[in-house]
Amino acid sequence: MNNILYAALTLGGMGLVFGVVLALASIYLAVKQDPRIPAIIDVLPGANCGGCGFAGCSAFADGVVAGRAEVSGCPVGGNSVAQKVAEIMGVEVDDVRRKVARVKCSGIDGVAQTKYEYEGIHDCIAANKLLGGDKLCPYACLGLGTCAAACPFDAITIEQGVAKIDPHKCTACGKCIDICPKKVIDFTHESRTAWVACNSHNKGAVVNKICGIGCIGCKICEKACEYGAVAVERNLAEVDPDKCVNCGACALKCPRRVIVC
Amino acid sequence: MIKDAVVLSITAILIQNVVLVQFLGICPFLGVSKKVETAFGMGIAVVFVIALSSMITWALQTYVLVPFGLEYLRTIAFILVIATLVQLVEMFLQRFIPGLYAAMGIYLPLITTNCAVLGVALLVVQKEYSFGQTVIYSTSTAIGFLLAIVLFAGVRERLDDARIPRCLRGFPITLISAGFLAMAFLAFNGLKF
Repeated sequence: MNNILYAALTLGGMGLVFGVVLALASIYLAVKQDPRIPAIIDVLPGANCGGCGFAGCSAFADGVVAGRAEVSGCPVGGNSVAQKVAEIMGVEVDDVRRKVARVKCSGIDGVAQTKYEYEGIHDCIAANKLLGGDKLCPYACLGLGTCAAACPFDAITIEQGVAKIDPHKCTACGKCIDICPKKVIDFTHESRTAWVACNSHNKGAVVNKICGIGCIGCKICEKACEYGAVAVERNLAEVDPDKCVNCGACALKCPRRVIVC
Repeated sequence: MIKDAVVLSITAILIQNVVLVQFLGICPFLGVSKKVETAFGMGIAVVFVIALSSMITWALQTYVLVPFGLEYLRTIAFILVIATLVQLVEMFLQRFIPGLYAAMGIYLPLITTNCAVLGVALLVVQKEYSFGQTVIYSTSTAIGFLLAIVLFAGVRERLDDARIPRCLRGFPITLISAGFLAMAFLAFNGLKF
């Protein structure tokens, strides 16, 4: 009986003493944290995706308070979060136009010709090491879903051999852009603008031979645009999303139907 | 008397090095040895925890556990002391050296489960040291840990720039170099006093 009593008293007493010591220490050694940091963490999406370039939402909040990050730096939260963070920090911020990622390729199976049949690891990075993948066009989406696997928000699906990004699910974290070996995904504004769904810098004659839809750099879109938003550079049309009003003139005139509005 | 202390201390630091000869505390030894700076910080934290914890556990063993016949509670009681001390060190670092706190990350609370800390506390009891011997032995053992982890961090910093066969890059070469370092320390076995 005494044994149990002594054991319980000893360990219980030790626990009590150490508990009191730690409680006192936590008062005297308390870290004075800026109250804005937890406030900012509360309004952030909390996905810890790293799209802002920091190690997670709390690191981003630290960065904002320390002045290392913009209040509008969270690509996932977009405008609403930027406004809330700005309010906490007591600064004004312009409306942030939300970005989304889009795929610059329309070379679905049958349209983009292949040079061999790929039966290796189901991964774009692996396929890219074998002569740049199975498609004849060196710029094309390989459609093996490396981006889809990397997407933390399930926004990417592979349809007929080309990645497709759901703009409602996309949060512009940039994970797909970083991992794509073909660099065929890029950011654009969320509000719809004309989008050249091609990444090929090949000359028109070459594109004609290997792909049924790719941009041939004919410059018809450039002439069709009244706002000077479309420019052809290195045999590829590019739309400036800041100038584009989504009138659809370029898409209508495009002989290859590679511009989508 | 002084000779005894010196012999005890050199034995603990070099001949019976806690990491490289007794293979205790391997987790932080491999985990926090990427940079000399953080390795040194970790080493200092471990020195502090080992030195203080073995003094407290010695007192606990001598004045509480033995008189009440509670030696069988040794492990759990020692763990309690170590956990409390680690919490204290953590709070102290967060308050006064936040940079080091951030650099050590998860490995700081892991000192609680660093077997070197509990190992020293238990070895002191096993070897039936007096209080003076305990202070010298535990501090020297901890300095041995500091020495080993800082030396190893230096080796690993060099490895970053070395041309290592691809299959050995990362953890494999780390373990191999740890093995070499352990073999080097084995040579201290020849020291005679």
